[in-house]
Amino acid sequence: MNAHDPSMHGRTDDGIAVGDVLLHVDNISLSFGGVKAITDVSFDVRKGEVRAIIGPNGAGKTSMLNVINGFYHPQEGTISFRGEKRRKMKPYQAASSGISRTFQNVALFAGMSTLDNIMAGRTLKMHKNFFWQMWRHGPALQEEIEHRKVVEEIIDFLEIEHIRKEPVGTLPYGLQKRVELGRALAAEPDLLLLDEPMAGMNLEEKEDMSRFIIEVNQQFGTTIALIEHDMGVVMDLADRVMVLDYGKKIGDGLPEEVQANQDVIDAYLGVAH
Amino acid sequence: MFYREAGQFKTTYEADSAKFPIFQDKVFIWLYLAIGFIAIPLFGSQFFLDAIMIPFLVLALAAVGLNILTGYTGQISLGTGAFMGVGAYACYKLTLAMPDVNIILLIVASGIFSALAGVFFGLPSLRIKGFYLVVTTLAAQFFLEWAFIRFPWLYNYNPSGAIEVPQREAFGVIVTGAAASSEARYLVVLSVVVIMTWFASNILSGRIGRSWMMIRDMDIAAELMGVRPLYAKLSAFAVSSFYCGVAGALMVFIWQGAAEVEIFDYNRSFQVLFMVILGGLGSLLGCFLGAAVIFIFPIVMHHALPPIWETLTPWTMNSSQADLVAAVIIGVMIVAFLILEPHGLARLWAIFKQKLRVWPFPY
Repeated sequence: MNAHDPSMHGRTDDGIAVGDVLLHVDNISLSFGGVKAITDVSFDVRKGEVRAIIGPNGAGKTSMLNVINGFYHPQEGTISFRGEKRRKMKPYQAASSGISRTFQNVALFAGMSTLDNIMAGRTLKMHKNFFWQMWRHGPALQEEIEHRKVVEEIIDFLEIEHIRKEPVGTLPYGLQKRVELGRALAAEPDLLLLDEPMAGMNLEEKEDMSRFIIEVNQQFGTTIALIEHDMGVVMDLADRVMVLDYGKKIGDGLPEEVQANQDVIDAYLGVAH
Repeated sequence: MFYREAGQFKTTYEADSAKFPIFQDKVFIWLYLAIGFIAIPLFGSQFFLDAIMIPFLVLALAAVGLNILTGYTGQISLGTGAFMGVGAYACYKLTLAMPDVNIILLIVASGIFSALAGVFFGLPSLRIKGFYLVVTTLAAQFFLEWAFIRFPWLYNYNPSGAIEVPQREAFGVIVTGAAASSEARYLVVLSVVVIMTWFASNILSGRIGRSWMMIRDMDIAAELMGVRPLYAKLSAFAVSSFYCGVAGALMVFIWQGAAEVEIFDYNRSFQVLFMVILGGLGSLLGCFLGAAVIFIFPIVMHHALPPIWETLTPWTMNSSQADLVAAVIIGVMIVAFLILEPHGLARLWAIFKQKLRVWPFPY
């Protein structure tokens, strides 16, 4: 794919320069009944960077992503995305404001083909109304074909041409993860949230996925926040790393700083009592 | 061997996203339409048109409606019969109010009323799923059935409680009432069903159909991609009920000629649901296959099984016993399909076509 094609990343000029804060999470606390999933966590994501969120199992990483894109509503704290402050929002509002994500357990539309799944990512960009859709030939089909072109570019980029028409339910796991990344990319997000993009993959698939993530970040300028357990991958990919443990932030900074942080080492390796 | 796309190259996305990408399919669909519109009215007997083709097409349309909701959007409904009833009573009241308006227009317009009813009874789907939604749609079924009896205004205070279809014309031809010819009625039903199925397939292959399927397959991810569940689910209920309503109006006005509320009871809902399950959830072709198996197959058995049985065996069989055999076979088929092939006959057909494409090789 022509990586410099500006049509692929239409919303780069939103007034936020590369390196400025794109997403700011302020003193978020989230609890389910008596269980405190996240306690008073603040962090930011700067435009153009790869931000990693790590932590042991149950640390609240996925909850944090769910808060960011509106699945969970935190009891305290605010989130500002592109300068707009918000506390409660629906997932589709997050989607239309430019946040897209993938899931830890693949959440593809299993009954639909790869092509339709990635087309699904463009739902928000298609506007022809019901009556044009009913007629199909004419404007609705033109719109469909325009979006198909963008989707085909993503398919080329992710090297999944051969499974274009396969139902995704029948695909192997590594490819499903790739299709899911494609679906998230199709929305041309400003902020891409990846929830364990490499979980359960073999080395080769991990290398491919890392390559895609770097290319998405560097060539399209997409800001990425990712959760990952493979520390080698995190240290190589991420510009900055935040560490959560039991819902609290215990470390934040450059990968080397985090690696050297005693609290982080204790959280991962345990401490002698 | 003859069914193969070798040499048929797609050079545009438009050609690639066509409904029938393989040339042979295109030929077949035009052939079927030619048979349907020309050969059957010319050569079909009155029994064939009245007792087989018209009911088959009406029920297939209702199955298309239910399939939009259940097969494509994943919302199971047992209110089909009631929504068909809304369409039928709406059409009756409309044509009494406006006797001179083209009846086909009124039949289609009556779908709007059932669409409104569908949206209203679809509201719980925003909160509940699966079996619980089945129960609420069943409530719609019983409530509407009750309403059809309780409000005599709906059947124009007819002492028998039935709708009696008046004689109405479309384009100068009598198409409803006792004086309408079978051919005219058949062509009306066929035209409405073909056009509405075509519209349905267009909607399903576009953005709106995709958003329905997104809700069906993974509602959380759908919401994340910007689908609003409120719009997606209620629009599916509206479109589905619209189709059911038109099918109900056709059932009374073109097929049966008169109707009591019993033809819209929950047995009708189950009949259409079984058509969708047997034919194939999420397939328009399946609606027609399912309607053929559930409706036409028992008729064929009724007439053909006793003579065959009596030639093959020394025992006798009457046609009511043949009906029982047909019922048993359909029951077994429904169970077998639910367990073995949830995507129904349409999937079997797709597998068969795939085998045919690569024949004589297995892959």
